[in-house]
Parts: sequence; C-alpha cells; structure tokens
Amino acid sequence: MKIPFSPEQASTIAGSIDAIYLYIVAVTIFFTALIYGLVAVFAVQYRRKSPDEVPGAIHGHNGLEITWTVIPLIISMTMFIWGTVVFFHYARPPKDAQEIFVVGKQWMWKIQHPSGKREINELHVPINKPVRLKMTSEDVLHSFYIPAFRVKMDVIPGRYSSLWFEATRLGSYHLFCTEYCGTQHSGMIGKVHVLSQEDYQKWLETGSAANTPVPVSGQELFKTLNCATCHNSGSGALGPNLNGIYGKPVQLADGSTVTADDKYIRRSILKPADQVVAGYAALMPSYQGQVNEEQIMQLIEYIKGLKETSAPAPASATEV
Amino acid sequence: MAKTSDKKSPLQHHFVHLNQQYDASQMGMWAFLITEILFFGALFTAYIVYRLMYPAAFGAASSHLDITLGAFNTAVLIASSLTMALAVHAGHTGSTRGIIKNLIWTIVLGSVFLGVKAIEYSHKFHEHLVPGPSFSFPLYPGAGSELFFSLYFAMTGLHAFHMVIGIIGLFILIGMAAKGRFNQEYSTPVEMMGLYWHFVDIVWIFLFPLLYLVLRHH
Amino acid sequence: MNSSGKKTNYLNASHTLSSWFLTVDHKRIAILYLITISIFFFIGGLFAALIRLELLTPAGDLFKSDEYNKLFTLHGIVMIFFFLIPSVPAVLGNFLIPIMIGAKDLAFPRINLLSWYIYVIGATLATLAIMVGGVDTGWTFYTPYSTVYSNGAVALTIVGAFITGFSSILTGLNFLVTIHKMRAPGMTWFRLPLFVWAHYATSLIMVLATPVLASALFLLFLERVFHIGIFNPALGGDPVLFQHLFWFYSHPAVYIMILPSMGVMSELFAAFSRKRIFGYEFVACSSLAIAILGFFVWGHHMFVSGQSMYAGMVFSVLSFLVAIPSAVKAFNWSATLYKGSISYETPMLYAFGFIGLFTIGGLTGLFLSTMAVDVHVHDTYFVVAHFHYIMVGGVLMGYLGGLHYWWPKITGRLYPEAWAKLSALLVFVGFNLTFFPQFLLGYMGMPRRYHMYPEEFQVLNVCSSLGASVLGIGYFLPLVYFLWSLKFGKESPANPWGAKGLEWEIQSPPTTHNFDEIPVVTEEAYAYAKEDGKHHG
Repeated sequence: MKIPFSPEQASTIAGSIDAIYLYIVAVTIFFTALIYGLVAVFAVQYRRKSPDEVPGAIHGHNGLEITWTVIPLIISMTMFIWGTVVFFHYARPPKDAQEIFVVGKQWMWKIQHPSGKREINELHVPINKPVRLKMTSEDVLHSFYIPAFRVKMDVIPGRYSSLWFEATRLGSYHLFCTEYCGTQHSGMIGKVHVLSQEDYQKWLETGSAANTPVPVSGQELFKTLNCATCHNSGSGALGPNLNGIYGKPVQLADGSTVTADDKYIRRSILKPADQVVAGYAALMPSYQGQVNEEQIMQLIEYIKGLKETSAPAPASATEV
Repeated sequence: MAKTSDKKSPLQHHFVHLNQQYDASQMGMWAFLITEILFFGALFTAYIVYRLMYPAAFGAASSHLDITLGAFNTAVLIASSLTMALAVHAGHTGSTRGIIKNLIWTIVLGSVFLGVKAIEYSHKFHEHLVPGPSFSFPLYPGAGSELFFSLYFAMTGLHAFHMVIGIIGLFILIGMAAKGRFNQEYSTPVEMMGLYWHFVDIVWIFLFPLLYLVLRHH
Repeated sequence: MNSSGKKTNYLNASHTLSSWFLTVDHKRIAILYLITISIFFFIGGLFAALIRLELLTPAGDLFKSDEYNKLFTLHGIVMIFFFLIPSVPAVLGNFLIPIMIGAKDLAFPRINLLSWYIYVIGATLATLAIMVGGVDTGWTFYTPYSTVYSNGAVALTIVGAFITGFSSILTGLNFLVTIHKMRAPGMTWFRLPLFVWAHYATSLIMVLATPVLASALFLLFLERVFHIGIFNPALGGDPVLFQHLFWFYSHPAVYIMILPSMGVMSELFAAFSRKRIFGYEFVACSSLAIAILGFFVWGHHMFVSGQSMYAGMVFSVLSFLVAIPSAVKAFNWSATLYKGSISYETPMLYAFGFIGLFTIGGLTGLFLSTMAVDVHVHDTYFVVAHFHYIMVGGVLMGYLGGLHYWWPKITGRLYPEAWAKLSALLVFVGFNLTFFPQFLLGYMGMPRRYHMYPEEFQVLNVCSSLGASVLGIGYFLPLVYFLWSLKFGKESPANPWGAKGLEWEIQSPPTTHNFDEIPVVTEEAYAYAKEDGKHHG
C-alpha cells in the first residue's frame, strides 16, 4: 500500500494518483536507463583507438526517427489520458459533499463548519464522507495542500475556489500552505484530523452552545445590515427579491444574463453597481469594508437557503 | 583598424555590400516592431479581459473620454504619417531638403498630438480621474471604472512615450540629413524611422476605437 | 599579455580601457558578458549556499524568515535573469555565431554593445535593490503580495528585470538578423552548425516572449508605485491574469535557457565522436518545434489556480507534445556515438553528464504535465528538483562544456585537463546528490519556499545540503584553473580538438575581423568522413 518516499494514502483519490505516479516513474527509469545504457555502451565500444581515426559517415535513418518520435508520443498520450481522467474526477465535487468554509489570511487558516463551529489551522473531517472546502483569501494568494490526500488548490482573494476529498483513513495529517504568501509562509501550516463519523459529530457538538450555524449567522447579518429594507418581496421593493434566487439566471440591466451563484452574490454585495438587475435602479451602496470574507460566505449561505416559498417578509423570518 | 579609409561611405566594415546592410536593417526593424506588437499586446490582453469582466463600468468610463480631442489627434497622427512617408520618399529621390522639410512637419504634428494628449491628461487630473487614492468617478462608482482609467493611462502613456522617442529620433535624423549623410543610394535610417513612426500610428489606430469609441452606446 | 613577436588577435589588438568598454567586436563583448555573468553566478551561488545551510535543520535557526525569503528570491532572480538567460547566448553565442556562419561580426555591432550596457544597468539596479533591503516576493513576483503586501525593494527589482529584458530582446534580434543575412556564400540553412540552429530558435523566443514579460512587469510597477488596481483583487483586478502574462514569458524562458545548451551539446557530440550529428535535420527542426510549442504550454503552471479544467486539459496535452522534440534530440545524440571515434576530454564528460541529467529533467517534466499528479507535486520540492535538473543539470552543464570546448579558441590557452576532469566529475556527483533527494522530498509533500519544515524531511535535506557543498567545489575549480590558464596554460593551436567548423579554421584567438577574406562554404556541417555517397546506417 505505502510506496517509499510518499505520504500515507488517506483519501479516495490518493491511490489513483500514486498509480499514475508509479507508471511515470517506471517510464522514467526505463528511458533513463535506455539513454544512459546506449551512451555507456557506445562510449566504451567505439572509444577512439588512434588519434587520427576517422569513422565512416552515418547520416541518419528515417525509420529510427519515426520510431523514437511515435513511441514516446504514444506513451505520453497514455499519461495524458489517464492523468486527465483522474483530474476531471478530482475537479468535480460530488453533489452530496459536505461544505466547509475556509478563509486564508497571512498566516493562518480560518475554518468554519456549517454548524458554526470554528477552528484555526486545524481541520476536523469525518471519514468516508465527501467533503468540499469552499475557500477564499483575505489578502494574498495561498494554496491549501494536504499531501496525504494528494489534493491542493490555490486560495485566491476575490474568488471562491473549491477542493474536495473523501478521507479513508483515521489519523492526523499535514496541512501546508504551498503558495508563497510572505514572511511566515512556512508557518502557515496545520493539521487535518480524520475522525470517525460519530467522533466528528461529537466533536462538532462540543461547546455547541457557542456555535451559530452558518446560515443563521448569515440571517443575523442580513438583519443587522438592514438588507431586507430593500430586498423583500413586497410589491414596491427597491431591490430584487432574493427568495429562491440562488442558482437561477438573473436578467441584468445591460441586457445580459448571469447565474446567481456565489461569485455573483459576492460581487453584488461588494460592487453592486457592476451588475444591476433589470428593472431596478443602481441604489445599493457597496458593503466593502463592512463585511469580511467569512461574513460574506455566511450571507451567501443564508441566501442559498431562501426558498421561493419562504415567508414573504424576511424581517419576520427569525426561524428559517 | 576599425576605421574605414573612406569615412563618407555608409557601408559598415562587417557587411559585404550595401544591399546586405540594407536588408539587415530592414529585417532588424521589422523584428523590433514585432516585439513592440507583443509589448502592447499584453496591455491589449489586459484590456480585453477587464472589459469582459466590467462591461458596464468600461462603457461608462469610455463615454467620459473626450471624443473630439481623440478624433482630432487621430487626424493629426494620420497626417504625420503622410509627412513621414513623404520624408522617406524624399530620401529615395536623394532630396536632403525634402527629407528635412518633411521631418520637421512630422515633428510639428507629433508635438501637436502630444500637446493635445497633455491637455486631455490635465482634464483627467482636474476631474480626479487619475487612478489612485484620490480617484473618483461618481457616474459609475466601483472598481471597473478605475481599472479602465488605469489601462487608459498605461496604454496611452506608453504610446506617448513611443512618440517622444520617435521625435528624438526625428531630430537626430534631421541632424544627419543636414550633414549630408543621405543620398539616393543610402537613406536607410530615414526609412527605418518611417517604419517605426507608422507603427506608432497604427497602435493609436487601435487605441482610439478601443478606448474612445466601441463602448459608447446609447 | 606580452604580445611581442606574436600574431595580433582580438585580445591584443589594443589595450586601452575604452577599447574594451566601447568595443563593437562581438568577441570582446562576449568577454565582457563572460566576466559580468560569472560575477552574478557566484553571487547567486552564494545565496544558494546560504539556503542549503539554513535547510540543514528543520527549525529556522540561521536566518529569520524574512531573510530566508529574500535569499531564495534573490537566488532565483540573480540566477535566472542575470546568469542563465544570458549565459550561453551572450557569451558563447556572441563569440561564435558570426564565426560559425563566416561573418566578420553580428549584423548590429553597436546594438550588441548596447545590449551589454542595458544588461549592466539592469543588473546594477537589481544589485542596488539587494543592498537597500532586498526583495522577498519570489522570482515570480505574484500579485497581490508583490504589489501591496511586500515591504521589500520590489519596484527597483522590477525595473532591473524589465531593463535586462531589453538586453535579451536586442541580443535575440541581432542573432536573428545575423543568421538570416550574414551567412557566408555556400552556408545554406542545412549546412549551419546545430549550435546556430539552436540559437536561431532561442532568438525567436527572446524576441517574441520577452516583451510580454516587460509589459507585465510594467503594469506591476504601476500597481506597486502608484497604488492603482490592475491585478489587485481589492481594486477589482485579477491576480491570475498576472500569472498568465508572467508565464507566457517565463515558460518559454526555460527554452531560452536550455536550447542554446542543446546547441552546445550537438557541437560536443559531433566533435568528440568525429561524426556528423545523427539525423541532423531532425535535431535542427526539433529546436524550432520546441521554440514554437513552448509558447503554448504556459498554463501548466496554473493547474491548481482554478483555471477551467478544459483549459488545463489543452495545456496538459501541449506540454506532453513539447517533450517529444527533446526526446528526439536525446536519441539522436546517443545514436551519433554509434560507430564513432569517441574520446573523453572534459567537454565530452560534460556532454555525457548533460544527456543524463537532461533526460531525468525532461522525463520528470511528464509528472508535472500530468494534471492529476501535478495537483500533488505542484509548488513542492519536486518542481524545484525538476527545474534544477533542466536549468542547472542541463543549462549549466552545457555552458561549462561549451566553455571548456571553446576556451582554447577564446583565450588561445589550454586549460589543465586533469583538474577539469575532476571538476566535471564533482559537478555531476554533487549535482545528483543535491537535487535527487529533492524529488523525494517533493513527493513526500515538502512545499517549496519553506524556511522551516517538519522533522521527517530532515534526512533528505541534509543529503541535499551535503551534495551542494560538493557541487560548490565543482563550480569553484574551473574559476581557478581557467584564470590560471590565462597566464600559465599552454598555448593552443588553431584546432586543438581536430574538430570541424569554421571557428577551428581560423587562428586562436581570432583576429578582430575573424576572417581576412569571407570564406566560401562547400561542405555540410561536421563533414568528418570524406563523403562517400550517402551512407544510411
């Protein structure tokens, strides 16, 4: 199972990446040995025997040229196809993956579970359950890397990136930042703890009194920021109704259409003038500086949860 | 050793004949212009990326540019290309007077362009449209418009810098022409300068519609 | 220096300071480059030594984190911009291209001198940046760290790199025009030495890619100095756009470094096996193929930056394709040895070293082209090991091999063979000891640019540092014996190796104008054997 000089295989994808790795290692060894071998054999066999020796001319051989173009091409295409298939699997998180929110900042990882539980530089995850990290950065570029899971994803300010894995082995593993981010870059490390599903639940519940679930935090923000003053389903509302909007197409004032996804909602909070919904005036002020990245994620989670059938006046929706 | 016996001959020691020297200069200049295209190309790429990201902001900011001054400048620059072409032609016919006269016109027109550009820049300064902490564009608050003006200044500034270099080059050519360095057989530097000058004009021919025109809806 | 009774050559033609600093002779300019890039090589090497010293222990006990970050940044900037990129082209290419094609100089000798001055200005500014506090962004200058958060002398360094870029552009332009327009009568394209072909391909990249870096650095400079938003996400910009522009240059830049060394290799394999390079046309065209394909693979640096997976797929397949022409070269070099007459002088030892290290460097590139594996090894020591195998194992072996091969031509003196063989051996062994453990570290998960690291990585790091000390001795020896040979080395005949090529038909060192009369070329390159019909083996 464990190959030398490699971290433990602790996720569903680790084994398939190691398999490709071993395949390319084998190819590398073969061709390195071939080239070294040819050079060594020829160098000894055809060493210069007298100072004025002049060997006969050999111009080339088209058959050989074709051979050593086509064979490496075929071999490399097998790597390409295999690597791409595995990568596509890796790049598409399963629908039922549990979301965890990650915000990187110089020089720590701030993590929040949907139940509201927070941790810093540590990540607790359940075993045998797909987990999707939704990540962004407050300042510079970072990159979230768990060698034992063979997963890595850049964390980019102003964007959401996602990374998913399914842990298969209990234990604690390294968490590294791999995109250089300044002075304490090498200190931006932590541990990923894989727990059994029961232990994970128990862990989530410890100190649960202090935890507010993420959508509820979003709802509280929605209230304190007075979003509902404009964003309500009343007939004369100044802002578009947000109920059931998540994932749906939105018609913009300039005639184009966008999908109301995380990126769109984030931008609408921070730079509302950029994408004004058709039929509404560009009245909304920017909330840049008033909400931090974690709070924006909470707001998005709240909006995500608003069903079309939700109570018409969100001001009264205290128990969604 | 390096001094050629005939100081007047334009043939440099390492070329076999003038044709080879001319070919080399021409190819060198074209290769240089290709690097220039790529140099501006990265800026155009940034422009395209951000325009797709912020179409509305770019539209609003673009509409705010002074189209009259921009169009006037375009005309001035096209005229300067004409006088530059006439200077190159004068070089081919061996008319030193023609070279000097047309180069002076080119310098005058180029300076008019830069003067108008300076006026446009100073307007932007007064209107707080220069990106940075004091930037404000009340018509369209938000990041997109500031990006537009950042790219506006980067692109037109780099273009103006090329104009300045060109004008310095034109002055040098006038000096060479006055010393009688050009004749019917040899006016390569004038021709090379011509290529450069037309290139700088063409860059503007792309900048003008991209920055001033294409986003002007309503 | 005492030239009494000796033939005049380009070195003793004049002795004034201005005859050096205002020279337009491509050979003297090559010497100017040789001296300046050697200085930067040892500065960059010093930084590397300090890095390896720090990494002996897991704790950051020798330097503070920000000092360490400056060390690896400066190591990268100095080695890439001020040593590797100019190394083979500006020294050996400058010296040899006109001679190899039968010309008296490059097409634009004054522009050639200007390139050197531009290089010196850029390098001086960067050195100044080191002295006023250094820079800690990594040589990649990623935003927004470089423009908003870093406290280092970023702007000054950017200006230095920007200016140096124009030196590279002008050199490439000069080579292109020279190779097109200055070839001697009879020197057809397929009679050109492969060294010239390789430089032709290199020049294409210099001319087409460098301006894009210049432009990206220009925008970065504006963002840093005027606090405007071009890439800064807080002001609406896109930091990944910078990565695209940066790698559009910086990936082809790897080929700017390696292609000229491949050209050197072709010369060495031909000279020391006394054979025409097997499949000459294929080797020539593979240089062009590398140069062209090299422009379309930059996105493989961004597989985990969140670019679309379909874009990643295209960049992945193209990255595999660019490996093919390199494989073609390696096979053709090996086949050249077949039925040759092989001798083991120092340059050939470097050639043997090169082909081995380059093969490993190239094959490990396949791991990084494979998206699924790259996810794991991206930004780890695996990548560090891979590109050092290419850039040090490849480029530097080529540069040193070439320097030994043409040293008698450049200086008119022979270097001490035994010492040189020892240094070639030390370089090969030291190199592998230094960088092979880093592949393992990378797969184990050690990220690059880490000042401190978990304890389980220590053993391999100690190996690497020990190897580096052997490598350091290997690099220091040539400095000593090359300088020694200038005074005490035996005088070299015109053709000490019995090699083919126009450079070996003129005296050592050459006269200022290379040829009294432009030669007429009547035979193909590497025509060692008398032509007895077409031999296809």
